[in-house]
Amino acid sequence: MKIGRPTIWALRAALLILLVGGWELASGRVFEEFFVSKPSAIIAVAWGWVLSGRLFYHAGITITEAVAGFALGGMAGMLTGILLGRLQLLADVLDPFITMFYSLPKIALAPLFVLWFGIGMDMKIILTATVVFFLVFLNTYTGVRNVSRELVAILRLMGASERHVLTKVVLPSAVTWVFAGLRLSVPYALIGAIVGELIAANQGLGYLLADAAGQFNTAGVFAALLAIVLLALCLNLAVKAFEYRAMPWQRGQAVREMSI
Amino acid sequence: MADTAGLRQDSRAAAGATAPALIAFEGFGKAFELPTGTVRAAENVNLSVAEGEFVTLVGPSGCGKSTLLNAVAGLFPASAGQVRYRGVAVDGYNRQVGYMTQSDHLLPWRDVTGNIAVPLEIQGRSRAEIRERVQALIALVGLTGFERSYPTQLSGGMRKRCALARLLAYDPETLLMDEPFGALDAQLRLGMQIEIRKLCRDLGKTVLFVTHDLDEAVALADRCAVFSARPGTIRRIVDVPLPRDRDLLRLRHDRRYVELTAELWDLLAPSIAGHADMEPGR
Repeated sequence: MKIGRPTIWALRAALLILLVGGWELASGRVFEEFFVSKPSAIIAVAWGWVLSGRLFYHAGITITEAVAGFALGGMAGMLTGILLGRLQLLADVLDPFITMFYSLPKIALAPLFVLWFGIGMDMKIILTATVVFFLVFLNTYTGVRNVSRELVAILRLMGASERHVLTKVVLPSAVTWVFAGLRLSVPYALIGAIVGELIAANQGLGYLLADAAGQFNTAGVFAALLAIVLLALCLNLAVKAFEYRAMPWQRGQAVREMSI
Repeated sequence: MADTAGLRQDSRAAAGATAPALIAFEGFGKAFELPTGTVRAAENVNLSVAEGEFVTLVGPSGCGKSTLLNAVAGLFPASAGQVRYRGVAVDGYNRQVGYMTQSDHLLPWRDVTGNIAVPLEIQGRSRAEIRERVQALIALVGLTGFERSYPTQLSGGMRKRCALARLLAYDPETLLMDEPFGALDAQLRLGMQIEIRKLCRDLGKTVLFVTHDLDEAVALADRCAVFSARPGTIRRIVDVPLPRDRDLLRLRHDRRYVELTAELWDLLAPSIAGHADMEPGR
Protein backbone atom coordinates (compact mmCIF):
# COMPACT_ATOMS: atom_id res chain seq x y z
CA MET A 1 0.00 0.00 0.00
CA LYS A 2 1.25 3.44 -0.90
CA ILE A 3 0.84 6.16 1.69
CA GLY A 4 0.04 9.59 0.24
CA ARG A 5 1.91 12.80 0.98
CA PRO A 6 -0.94 14.41 2.98
CA THR A 7 -1.04 11.44 5.34
CA ILE A 8 2.69 11.70 5.91
CA TRP A 9 2.43 15.41 6.65
CA ALA A 10 -0.45 14.77 9.06
CA LEU A 11 1.61 12.11 10.87
CA ARG A 12 4.58 14.47 11.08
CA ALA A 13 2.39 17.22 12.57
CA ALA A 14 0.95 14.74 15.07
CA LEU A 15 4.45 13.66 16.12
CA LEU A 16 5.54 17.28 16.54
CA ILE A 17 2.49 18.11 18.67
CA LEU A 18 3.09 15.00 20.76
CA LEU A 19 6.74 15.87 21.39
CA VAL A 20 6.16 19.56 22.11
CA GLY A 21 3.05 18.83 24.22
CA GLY A 22 4.85 16.11 26.16
CA TRP A 23 7.78 18.46 26.79
CA GLU A 24 5.41 21.20 27.99
CA LEU A 25 3.62 18.83 30.39
CA ALA A 26 6.70 17.04 31.66
CA SER A 27 8.60 20.22 32.32
CA GLY A 28 8.41 21.12 36.04
CA ARG A 29 6.66 17.83 36.81
CA VAL A 30 9.04 15.09 35.63
CA PHE A 31 12.08 17.23 34.87
CA GLU A 32 13.47 20.32 36.55
CA GLU A 33 12.27 23.31 34.52
CA PHE A 34 15.61 25.06 35.11
CA PHE A 35 17.37 22.49 32.93
CA VAL A 36 14.85 21.74 30.20
CA SER A 37 12.77 24.93 30.13
CA LYS A 38 9.47 24.49 28.30
CA PRO A 39 8.15 25.27 24.83
CA SER A 40 5.87 28.09 25.93
CA ALA A 41 8.75 29.86 27.70
CA ILE A 42 11.04 29.33 24.71
CA ILE A 43 8.47 30.80 22.32
CA ALA A 44 8.01 33.73 24.68
CA VAL A 45 11.75 34.46 24.73
CA ALA A 46 12.03 34.03 20.96
CA TRP A 47 9.03 36.30 20.41
CA GLY A 48 10.58 38.88 22.72
CA TRP A 49 13.75 38.77 20.57
CA VAL A 50 11.68 39.14 17.43
CA LEU A 51 9.88 42.22 18.85
CA SER A 52 13.08 43.85 20.08
CA GLY A 53 14.79 43.15 16.73
CA ARG A 54 17.58 41.30 18.58
CA LEU A 55 16.94 38.06 16.76
CA PHE A 56 17.20 39.61 13.29
CA TYR A 57 20.28 41.57 14.16
CA HIS A 58 22.19 38.54 15.44
CA ALA A 59 20.78 36.17 12.81
CA GLY A 60 21.80 38.70 10.16
CA ILE A 61 25.37 38.66 11.44
CA THR A 62 25.50 34.86 11.44
CA ILE A 63 23.92 34.63 7.99
CA THR A 64 26.43 37.10 6.61
CA GLU A 65 29.32 35.14 8.07
CA ALA A 66 28.00 31.77 6.93
CA VAL A 67 27.06 32.91 3.44
CA ALA A 68 30.26 34.88 2.88
CA GLY A 69 32.37 31.98 4.16
CA PHE A 70 30.31 29.54 2.11
CA ALA A 71 30.74 31.57 -1.07
CA LEU A 72 34.44 32.17 -0.49
CA GLY A 73 35.28 28.59 0.48
CA GLY A 74 32.97 27.15 -2.17
CA MET A 75 34.48 29.25 -4.93
CA ALA A 76 38.06 28.50 -3.87
CA GLY A 77 37.23 24.81 -3.47
CA MET A 78 35.68 24.61 -6.91
CA LEU A 79 38.57 26.37 -8.66
CA THR A 80 41.20 24.30 -6.85
CA GLY A 81 39.25 21.12 -7.55
CA ILE A 82 39.05 21.86 -11.28
CA LEU A 83 42.72 22.86 -11.43
CA LEU A 84 44.04 19.82 -9.57
CA GLY A 85 41.55 17.58 -11.37
CA ARG A 86 43.09 18.58 -14.69
CA LEU A 87 46.73 18.77 -13.59
CA GLN A 88 47.65 15.25 -12.50
CA LEU A 89 51.25 16.12 -11.59
CA LEU A 90 50.27 18.96 -9.27
CA ALA A 91 47.60 16.77 -7.68
CA ASP A 92 50.15 14.00 -7.06
CA VAL A 93 52.65 16.42 -5.51
CA LEU A 94 50.09 18.08 -3.27
CA ASP A 95 48.26 14.91 -2.27
CA PRO A 96 49.93 14.22 1.12
CA PHE A 97 49.65 17.87 2.15
CA ILE A 98 45.97 18.00 1.25
CA THR A 99 45.33 14.78 3.16
CA MET A 100 47.15 16.26 6.15
CA PHE A 101 45.05 19.40 6.18
CA TYR A 102 41.91 17.45 5.49
CA SER A 103 42.52 15.22 8.53
CA LEU A 104 42.82 18.26 10.76
CA PRO A 105 39.50 19.24 12.36
CA LYS A 106 39.23 22.70 10.85
CA ILE A 107 37.46 24.03 13.93
CA ALA A 108 40.75 23.50 15.82
CA LEU A 109 42.15 26.35 13.74
CA ALA A 110 39.75 28.80 15.41
CA PRO A 111 42.17 29.96 18.16
CA LEU A 112 44.85 30.56 15.55
CA PHE A 113 42.44 32.58 13.43
CA VAL A 114 41.51 34.66 16.49
CA LEU A 115 45.20 35.49 16.86
CA TRP A 116 45.54 36.35 13.19
CA PHE A 117 42.28 38.06 12.37
CA GLY A 118 40.88 39.22 15.72
CA ILE A 119 37.39 38.49 16.97
CA GLY A 120 35.46 40.35 14.28
CA MET A 121 33.44 38.89 11.46
CA ASP A 122 36.52 38.26 9.27
CA MET A 123 37.66 35.50 11.57
CA LYS A 124 34.31 33.67 11.36
CA ILE A 125 34.16 34.09 7.61
CA ILE A 126 37.65 32.67 7.18
CA LEU A 127 36.94 29.81 9.58
CA THR A 128 33.75 28.98 7.68
CA ALA A 129 35.51 29.25 4.34
CA THR A 130 38.23 26.85 5.50
CA VAL A 131 35.66 24.25 6.54
CA VAL A 132 33.65 24.61 3.32
CA PHE A 133 36.72 24.72 1.09
CA PHE A 134 37.77 21.14 1.72
CA LEU A 135 34.32 19.65 1.24
CA VAL A 136 33.73 21.45 -2.04
CA PHE A 137 37.30 20.94 -3.20
CA LEU A 138 37.27 17.18 -2.64
CA ASN A 139 33.89 16.77 -4.32
CA THR A 140 34.86 18.90 -7.32
CA TYR A 141 38.16 17.06 -7.65
CA THR A 142 36.41 13.69 -7.58
CA GLY A 143 33.89 14.98 -10.11
CA VAL A 144 36.56 16.20 -12.52
CA ARG A 145 38.54 12.96 -12.14
CA ASN A 146 35.43 10.88 -12.76
CA VAL A 147 34.61 12.43 -16.09
CA SER A 148 33.71 9.64 -18.48
CA ARG A 149 36.73 8.95 -20.69
CA GLU A 150 34.39 7.73 -23.38
CA LEU A 151 32.58 11.07 -23.52
CA VAL A 152 35.90 12.86 -23.80
CA ALA A 153 37.02 10.49 -26.58
CA ILE A 154 33.77 10.98 -28.49
CA LEU A 155 34.22 14.75 -28.36
CA ARG A 156 37.87 14.47 -29.35
CA LEU A 157 36.83 12.55 -32.44
CA MET A 158 34.54 15.46 -33.25
CA GLY A 159 37.63 17.64 -33.25
CA ALA A 160 37.17 19.17 -29.79
CA SER A 161 40.01 21.24 -28.36
CA GLU A 162 41.09 21.12 -24.71
CA ARG A 163 38.83 24.13 -24.08
CA HIS A 164 35.83 22.39 -25.66
CA VAL A 165 36.42 19.29 -23.57
CA LEU A 166 36.61 21.43 -20.45
CA THR A 167 33.49 23.50 -21.08
CA LYS A 168 31.30 20.87 -22.70
CA VAL A 169 32.18 17.76 -20.72
CA VAL A 170 34.41 18.25 -17.69
CA LEU A 171 32.68 21.21 -16.05
CA PRO A 172 29.07 20.12 -16.63
CA SER A 173 29.78 16.60 -15.42
CA ALA A 174 31.50 18.00 -12.32
CA VAL A 175 28.49 20.18 -11.52
CA THR A 176 26.62 17.28 -9.92
CA TRP A 177 29.56 16.65 -7.62
CA VAL A 178 30.04 20.33 -6.86
CA PHE A 179 26.45 20.56 -5.72
CA ALA A 180 26.81 17.45 -3.61
CA GLY A 181 29.75 19.22 -1.95
CA LEU A 182 27.82 22.46 -1.54
CA ARG A 183 24.81 20.71 -0.01
CA LEU A 184 27.10 18.84 2.36
CA SER A 185 28.74 22.13 3.30
CA VAL A 186 25.64 23.99 4.44
CA PRO A 187 25.57 22.61 7.99
CA TYR A 188 29.35 22.93 8.21
CA ALA A 189 29.21 26.56 7.15
CA LEU A 190 26.90 27.20 10.08
CA ILE A 191 29.15 25.21 12.39
CA GLY A 192 32.08 27.37 11.31
CA ALA A 193 30.22 30.62 11.88
CA ILE A 194 28.66 29.59 15.19
CA VAL A 195 31.71 27.94 16.70
CA GLY A 196 33.62 31.08 15.79
CA GLU A 197 31.02 33.14 17.61
CA LEU A 198 31.00 30.83 20.63
CA ILE A 199 34.75 31.17 20.97
CA ALA A 200 35.00 34.91 20.73
CA ALA A 201 32.31 37.36 19.65
CA ASN A 202 29.92 40.02 20.80
CA GLN A 203 27.33 39.43 18.11
CA GLY A 204 25.69 36.62 16.13
CA LEU A 205 23.48 33.68 17.07
CA GLY A 206 26.44 31.87 18.66
CA TYR A 207 26.98 34.85 20.91
CA LEU A 208 23.26 34.92 21.74
CA LEU A 209 23.50 31.25 22.66
CA ALA A 210 26.59 31.66 24.82
CA ASP A 211 25.16 34.81 26.42
CA ALA A 212 21.89 33.06 27.37
CA ALA A 213 23.82 30.10 28.78
CA GLY A 214 26.04 32.45 30.76
CA GLN A 215 22.96 33.89 32.43
CA PHE A 216 21.49 30.42 33.10
CA ASN A 217 18.64 31.37 30.80
CA THR A 218 17.70 27.88 29.52
CA ALA A 219 14.73 29.16 27.52
CA GLY A 220 17.10 31.61 25.81
CA VAL A 221 19.52 28.78 24.94
CA PHE A 222 16.73 26.78 23.35
CA ALA A 223 15.40 29.85 21.54
CA ALA A 224 18.86 30.45 20.06
CA LEU A 225 19.12 26.80 19.04
CA LEU A 226 15.70 27.06 17.42
CA ALA A 227 16.84 30.10 15.47
CA ILE A 228 19.97 28.24 14.32
CA VAL A 229 17.92 25.26 13.13
CA LEU A 230 15.55 27.51 11.19
CA LEU A 231 18.51 29.27 9.63
CA ALA A 232 20.04 25.95 8.57
CA LEU A 233 16.75 24.90 6.97
CA CYS A 234 16.57 28.17 5.02
CA LEU A 235 20.14 27.76 3.73
CA ASN A 236 19.43 24.16 2.72
CA LEU A 237 16.35 25.24 0.80
CA ALA A 238 18.32 27.97 -0.94
CA VAL A 239 20.98 25.51 -2.13
CA LYS A 240 18.30 23.06 -3.27
CA ALA A 241 16.48 25.75 -5.24
CA PHE A 242 19.77 26.80 -6.84
CA GLU A 243 20.57 23.19 -7.65
CA TYR A 244 17.15 22.69 -9.22
CA ARG A 245 17.72 25.67 -11.49
CA ALA A 246 21.29 24.76 -12.36
CA MET A 247 20.71 21.08 -13.19
CA PRO A 248 17.46 20.74 -15.12
CA TRP A 249 18.49 17.29 -16.36
CA GLN A 250 18.41 15.95 -12.81
CA ARG A 251 14.77 16.84 -12.20
CA GLY A 252 13.30 13.52 -13.23
CA GLN A 253 15.89 11.76 -11.09
CA ALA A 254 14.92 13.18 -7.70
CA VAL A 255 12.48 10.38 -6.98
CA ARG A 256 14.76 7.62 -8.26
CA GLU A 257 17.77 8.93 -6.37
CA MET A 258 16.06 8.28 -3.03
CA SER A 259 15.14 4.65 -3.72
CA ILE A 260 17.74 2.03 -2.98
CA MET B 1 21.98 14.97 -60.71
CA ALA B 2 21.10 11.37 -61.41
CA ASP B 3 23.90 11.22 -63.96
CA THR B 4 26.62 12.36 -61.63
CA ALA B 5 25.43 9.96 -58.96
CA GLY B 6 25.60 7.15 -61.47
CA LEU B 7 29.05 8.20 -62.57
CA ARG B 8 30.31 8.32 -59.03
CA GLN B 9 29.04 4.84 -58.38
CA ASP B 10 30.74 3.51 -61.47
CA SER B 11 34.05 5.10 -60.70
CA ARG B 12 33.82 3.80 -57.15
CA ALA B 13 33.08 0.29 -58.28
CA ALA B 14 36.06 0.47 -60.59
CA ALA B 15 38.29 2.03 -57.94
CA GLY B 16 37.43 -0.65 -55.38
CA ALA B 17 39.97 -3.04 -56.80
CA THR B 18 42.94 -0.80 -57.55
CA ALA B 19 42.83 2.47 -55.57
CA PRO B 20 44.62 2.56 -52.21
CA ALA B 21 42.24 1.56 -49.44
CA LEU B 22 40.75 4.24 -47.21
CA ILE B 23 41.08 1.99 -44.18
CA ALA B 24 43.58 -0.85 -44.11
CA PHE B 25 44.21 -3.34 -41.31
CA GLU B 26 47.59 -4.93 -41.88
CA GLY B 27 48.24 -7.90 -39.64
CA PHE B 28 46.43 -5.98 -36.93
CA GLY B 29 46.34 -7.47 -33.45
CA LYS B 30 45.38 -6.12 -30.06
CA ALA B 31 45.95 -7.59 -26.63
CA PHE B 32 44.91 -6.03 -23.33
CA GLU B 33 46.91 -6.53 -20.16
CA LEU B 34 44.42 -7.05 -17.38
CA PRO B 35 45.14 -7.95 -13.74
CA THR B 36 43.62 -11.35 -14.50
CA GLY B 37 45.92 -11.95 -17.45
CA THR B 38 46.32 -11.04 -21.06
CA VAL B 39 43.21 -10.86 -23.20
CA ARG B 40 43.82 -11.22 -26.91
CA ALA B 41 40.96 -9.26 -28.41
CA ALA B 42 41.95 -9.48 -32.06
CA GLU B 43 44.67 -11.23 -34.00
CA ASN B 44 46.10 -11.08 -37.49
CA VAL B 45 43.31 -9.04 -39.02
CA ASN B 46 43.80 -8.10 -42.66
CA LEU B 47 41.09 -6.04 -44.23
CA SER B 48 40.98 -3.09 -46.54
CA VAL B 49 37.99 -0.86 -47.00
CA ALA B 50 37.66 1.28 -50.12
CA GLU B 51 36.24 4.77 -50.03
CA GLY B 52 32.45 4.76 -50.20
CA GLU B 53 32.23 1.11 -49.26
CA PHE B 54 29.81 -0.28 -46.68
CA VAL B 55 31.57 -3.07 -44.82
CA THR B 56 29.93 -5.01 -42.02
CA LEU B 57 31.80 -7.02 -39.39
CA VAL B 58 29.80 -9.91 -38.02
CA GLY B 59 30.68 -12.50 -35.44
CA PRO B 60 29.88 -13.78 -31.94
CA SER B 61 29.90 -11.21 -29.17
CA GLY B 62 33.22 -10.59 -27.52
CA CYS B 63 35.19 -11.47 -30.65
CA GLY B 64 36.98 -8.16 -30.90
CA LYS B 65 34.87 -6.49 -33.55
CA SER B 66 34.57 -3.32 -31.49
CA THR B 67 38.33 -3.38 -30.97
CA LEU B 68 38.73 -2.87 -34.71
CA LEU B 69 36.53 0.21 -34.64
CA ASN B 70 38.39 1.60 -31.64
CA ALA B 71 41.65 1.12 -33.51
CA VAL B 72 40.37 3.01 -36.57
CA ALA B 73 39.20 5.80 -34.27
CA GLY B 74 42.70 5.86 -32.77
CA LEU B 75 41.61 5.26 -29.19
CA PHE B 76 44.59 2.97 -28.60
CA PRO B 77 47.64 1.78 -30.51
CA ALA B 78 47.81 -1.67 -32.12
CA SER B 79 49.72 -4.41 -30.31
CA ALA B 80 50.72 -6.00 -33.60
CA GLY B 81 50.59 -4.82 -37.19
CA GLN B 82 48.92 -1.53 -37.90
CA VAL B 83 45.87 0.32 -39.08
CA ARG B 84 46.28 2.79 -41.91
CA TYR B 85 43.86 5.51 -42.76
CA ARG B 86 44.41 7.03 -46.20
CA GLY B 87 47.74 5.31 -46.21
CA VAL B 88 48.89 6.87 -42.94
CA ALA B 89 49.20 4.79 -39.77
CA VAL B 90 46.52 5.89 -37.27
CA ASP B 91 48.17 7.60 -34.32
CA GLY B 92 45.90 9.34 -31.82
CA TYR B 93 42.31 10.48 -32.32
CA ASN B 94 41.29 10.10 -35.95
CA ARG B 95 39.15 13.11 -36.71
CA GLN B 96 38.01 11.88 -40.10
CA VAL B 97 35.74 9.34 -38.48
CA GLY B 98 32.48 9.58 -36.61
CA TYR B 99 31.97 6.89 -34.03
CA MET B 100 28.63 5.62 -32.86
CA THR B 101 29.37 3.30 -29.98
CA GLN B 102 27.19 0.65 -28.41
CA SER B 103 26.23 2.92 -25.55
CA ASP B 104 25.04 6.20 -26.93
CA HIS B 105 27.33 8.47 -24.87
CA LEU B 106 25.03 11.44 -25.03
CA LEU B 107 25.79 14.31 -22.70
CA PRO B 108 23.25 13.84 -19.87
CA TRP B 109 23.16 17.55 -19.09
CA ARG B 110 22.06 18.52 -22.58
CA ASP B 111 18.67 17.96 -24.14
CA VAL B 112 18.22 16.38 -27.57
CA THR B 113 18.75 19.67 -29.38
CA GLY B 114 21.83 20.47 -27.31
CA ASN B 115 23.36 17.05 -27.86
CA ILE B 116 22.99 17.18 -31.62
CA ALA B 117 24.43 20.69 -31.59
CA VAL B 118 27.69 19.68 -29.84
CA PRO B 119 29.74 18.83 -32.95
CA LEU B 120 28.42 21.90 -34.74
CA GLU B 121 29.44 24.10 -31.82
CA ILE B 122 32.89 22.54 -31.92
CA GLN B 123 33.10 23.36 -35.62
CA GLY B 124 32.23 26.94 -34.71
CA ARG B 125 29.06 27.22 -36.83
CA SER B 126 26.75 30.17 -36.36
CA ARG B 127 23.72 29.90 -34.09
CA ALA B 128 21.26 30.18 -36.95
CA GLU B 129 23.04 27.49 -38.93
CA ILE B 130 23.15 25.18 -35.93
CA ARG B 131 19.45 25.67 -35.22
CA GLU B 132 18.49 24.95 -38.80
CA ARG B 133 20.68 21.87 -39.15
CA VAL B 134 19.64 20.42 -35.78
CA GLN B 135 15.98 20.82 -36.66
CA ALA B 136 16.45 19.03 -39.97
CA LEU B 137 18.30 16.17 -38.27
CA ILE B 138 15.68 15.81 -35.53
CA ALA B 139 13.04 15.44 -38.22
CA LEU B 140 15.24 12.96 -40.10
CA VAL B 141 15.65 10.61 -37.15
CA GLY B 142 12.04 11.05 -36.05
CA LEU B 143 12.58 12.80 -32.73
CA THR B 144 10.24 15.69 -33.44
CA GLY B 145 8.43 16.60 -30.23
CA PHE B 146 11.36 15.53 -28.04
CA GLU B 147 13.65 18.48 -28.78
CA ARG B 148 13.69 19.55 -25.12
CA SER B 149 13.92 16.09 -23.55
CA TYR B 150 17.02 15.04 -21.66
CA PRO B 151 18.63 11.65 -22.40
CA THR B 152 17.36 10.22 -19.09
CA GLN B 153 13.83 10.97 -20.24
CA LEU B 154 14.22 9.11 -23.55
CA SER B 155 13.87 5.42 -24.34
CA GLY B 156 16.92 3.43 -25.47
CA GLY B 157 15.85 3.58 -29.09
CA MET B 158 15.32 7.32 -28.97
CA ARG B 159 18.75 7.83 -27.46
CA LYS B 160 20.25 5.83 -30.31
CA ARG B 161 18.46 7.99 -32.84
CA CYS B 162 19.70 11.09 -31.08
CA ALA B 163 23.26 9.72 -31.20
CA LEU B 164 22.82 9.00 -34.91
CA ALA B 165 21.62 12.54 -35.54
CA ARG B 166 24.66 13.86 -33.66
CA LEU B 167 26.91 11.65 -35.78
CA LEU B 168 25.34 12.91 -39.00
CA ALA B 169 25.52 16.50 -37.75
CA TYR B 170 29.27 16.74 -38.13
CA ASP B 171 29.35 14.87 -41.38
CA PRO B 172 32.52 12.79 -40.98
CA GLU B 173 33.73 11.04 -44.11
CA THR B 174 33.79 7.65 -42.41
CA LEU B 175 31.20 6.25 -40.03
CA LEU B 176 32.15 3.67 -37.43
CA MET B 177 29.03 2.04 -36.06
CA ASP B 178 29.03 -0.48 -33.25
CA GLU B 179 25.71 -2.31 -33.14
CA PRO B 180 23.93 1.01 -33.46
CA PHE B 181 20.47 -0.48 -33.91
CA GLY B 182 20.70 -3.24 -31.33
CA ALA B 183 18.29 -1.57 -28.92
CA LEU B 184 15.64 -0.73 -31.50
CA ASP B 185 12.42 -2.58 -32.16
CA ALA B 186 12.09 -4.40 -35.48
CA GLN B 187 10.15 -1.71 -37.37
CA LEU B 188 12.33 1.14 -36.22
CA ARG B 189 15.41 -0.88 -36.93
CA LEU B 190 14.36 -1.48 -40.51
CA GLY B 191 13.55 2.20 -40.88
CA MET B 192 16.98 3.18 -39.60
CA GLN B 193 18.70 0.59 -41.79
CA ILE B 194 16.98 1.97 -44.88
CA GLU B 195 17.88 5.48 -43.77
CA ILE B 196 21.53 4.72 -43.16
CA ARG B 197 21.96 2.92 -46.49
CA LYS B 198 20.34 5.77 -48.32
CA LEU B 199 22.44 8.35 -46.51
CA CYS B 200 25.64 6.54 -47.22
CA ARG B 201 24.81 6.11 -50.85
CA ASP B 202 23.76 9.72 -51.32
CA LEU B 203 26.61 11.24 -49.35
CA GLY B 204 29.31 8.78 -50.37
CA LYS B 205 30.15 7.78 -46.81
CA THR B 206 32.44 4.92 -45.98
CA VAL B 207 30.98 2.74 -43.25
CA LEU B 208 32.47 0.13 -40.97
CA PHE B 209 29.51 -1.46 -39.25
CA VAL B 210 29.73 -3.99 -36.41
CA THR B 211 26.81 -6.28 -35.70
CA HIS B 212 26.18 -9.75 -34.33
CA ASP B 213 23.05 -10.02 -36.44
CA LEU B 214 23.82 -11.94 -39.58
CA ASP B 215 20.71 -10.74 -41.43
CA GLU B 216 21.60 -7.14 -40.75
CA ALA B 217 25.21 -7.75 -41.77
CA VAL B 218 24.19 -9.07 -45.18
CA ALA B 219 21.31 -6.68 -45.75
CA LEU B 220 23.43 -3.56 -45.31
CA ALA B 221 26.82 -4.55 -46.64
CA ASP B 222 28.69 -4.22 -49.87
CA ARG B 223 31.14 -6.60 -48.27
CA CYS B 224 30.80 -8.59 -45.10
CA ALA B 225 33.64 -9.87 -42.90
CA VAL B 226 32.83 -12.87 -40.74
CA PHE B 227 34.78 -13.19 -37.48
CA SER B 228 35.71 -16.17 -35.40
CA ALA B 229 35.34 -16.21 -31.63
CA ARG B 230 38.08 -14.63 -29.51
CA PRO B 231 40.82 -13.92 -30.32
CA GLY B 232 38.89 -12.36 -33.16
CA THR B 233 40.22 -12.86 -36.61
CA ILE B 234 38.54 -12.78 -39.99
CA ARG B 235 37.29 -16.18 -41.14
CA ARG B 236 36.02 -15.00 -44.45
CA ILE B 237 35.22 -11.87 -46.42
CA VAL B 238 32.29 -12.11 -48.81
CA ASP B 239 31.08 -9.75 -51.51
CA VAL B 240 27.38 -9.24 -51.09
CA PRO B 241 25.83 -9.75 -54.54
CA LEU B 242 23.07 -7.21 -53.98
CA PRO B 243 22.72 -3.91 -55.85
CA ARG B 244 23.79 -0.70 -54.12
CA ASP B 245 20.26 0.63 -54.28
CA ARG B 246 18.70 -2.56 -52.93
CA ASP B 247 15.20 -2.53 -51.49
CA LEU B 248 15.61 -3.66 -47.89
CA LEU B 249 11.87 -4.22 -47.60
CA ARG B 250 11.91 -6.94 -50.22
CA LEU B 251 15.22 -8.63 -49.36
CA ARG B 252 13.53 -11.65 -47.85
CA HIS B 253 12.26 -12.51 -51.31
CA ASP B 254 15.71 -12.23 -52.87
CA ARG B 255 17.26 -15.64 -53.48
CA ARG B 256 20.82 -14.28 -53.37
CA TYR B 257 20.17 -12.79 -49.93
CA VAL B 258 18.57 -15.96 -48.58
CA GLU B 259 21.36 -18.17 -49.90
CA LEU B 260 24.14 -15.94 -48.62
CA THR B 261 22.72 -15.64 -45.12
CA ALA B 262 22.23 -19.41 -45.00
CA GLU B 263 25.81 -19.97 -46.13
CA LEU B 264 27.24 -17.52 -43.61
CA TRP B 265 25.07 -19.00 -40.89
CA ASP B 266 26.78 -22.36 -41.44
CA LEU B 267 30.10 -20.60 -41.13
CA LEU B 268 29.16 -18.82 -37.91
CA ALA B 269 27.14 -21.54 -36.22
CA PRO B 270 30.12 -23.73 -35.19
CA SER B 271 31.71 -20.89 -33.23
CA ILE B 272 28.39 -20.11 -31.58
CA ALA B 273 27.91 -23.78 -30.71
CA GLY B 274 31.51 -23.93 -29.46
CA HIS B 275 30.71 -20.97 -27.29
CA ALA B 276 27.66 -22.70 -25.86
CA ASP B 277 29.68 -25.84 -25.08
CA MET B 278 32.35 -23.92 -23.29
CA GLU B 279 30.14 -22.00 -20.89
CA PRO B 280 28.77 -24.82 -18.71
CA GLY B 281 31.98 -26.85 -18.85
CA ARG B 282 34.11 -24.09 -17.34
